[in-house]
Amino acid sequence: MWKWLHPYANPEVTYHFTTKLLPWLSALAAIVLSIGLVWALLFAPLDGEQGHSFRIFYVHVPAASLSMGIYVSMAIAAFCSLVWQLKLADASAAAMAPVGASFTVIALITGAAWGKPMWGTWWVWDARLTSELILLFLYLGVMALQNAFEDKNLAGKAAGILTLVGVVNIPIIKYSVNWWDTLHQAATVSKLGKPSMALSMLWPFIVCFIGFALFAGVVICLRFRNEILARNSLRPWVRTLVEKYRNHR
Amino acid sequence: MQFNSFSDFINMGGYGFYVWLSFGSAACILSLLLFNSQKGHLYVMIEIDRHRQREDRLRQARALRKQQSLQQDKALKKVTE
Repeated sequence: MWKWLHPYANPEVTYHFTTKLLPWLSALAAIVLSIGLVWALLFAPLDGEQGHSFRIFYVHVPAASLSMGIYVSMAIAAFCSLVWQLKLADASAAAMAPVGASFTVIALITGAAWGKPMWGTWWVWDARLTSELILLFLYLGVMALQNAFEDKNLAGKAAGILTLVGVVNIPIIKYSVNWWDTLHQAATVSKLGKPSMALSMLWPFIVCFIGFALFAGVVICLRFRNEILARNSLRPWVRTLVEKYRNHR
Repeated sequence: MQFNSFSDFINMGGYGFYVWLSFGSAACILSLLLFNSQKGHLYVMIEIDRHRQREDRLRQARALRKQQSLQQDKALKKVTE
């Protein structure tokens, strides 16, 4: 496996691999996300108690799960970069942070828009909402640190340490609905064993979730390429690429 | 299909504002993110190109200064001889 993985530690190989991967990934994301959204908005059944407001679920839950999932991947990348000094891991962490922050903002906004008709308030300082807000601040802190130093290696190290410390927030978000009395409802989809949801609602959710995850993958690939270029700007292969690009324009 | 007409679809059983606020803000944020990430490639390329041009100019200026000082030295030598 290491032999197979080894060439991808080379920024040039990874850059070209990502470039080749992008059109396929984008097409797949566009197809799956459109199917999911049409299904969620037009065909998914109404909820008995919540009526059509339940459709917010199909953006809110994927965004919230991805905000946590991307944070965990960022933490793994930060760990690899701190322990094995992998420069590409740093670049991938820098590519993931803004994407995760965007999904956190979406989770908070859609949560507020769902809370207003269901709970009668846009915002309460309850455990789930507050810990998700802290996740947003962690993302913003990591992004600020990544851009605070001229030296990208130093910046990656500082941001990586903050990322690893912030991981403690992830289980707090996940189990906040079990540990404390909150307005937020408990987990419905990821319950162990059988999810407590009708299949006619679960399927559009799964498609939406995969669609949003693929979209996140596309954006992370795009940002990853930019990070690789910016971090290797002195290498001859980047120089030739820029030269080719300038002559092309 | 859960709706009978287009206005029915927009209304969302009275929850239209909240549903469209959610989907709209998500669409806005995600398209801004996608746009920013795509444009980033161009910005990085332009930035690297600008940096390179600056380096070239510096190198040329250094070469020119060296040449000039060599010529001055020669001229000085001629006068003293």
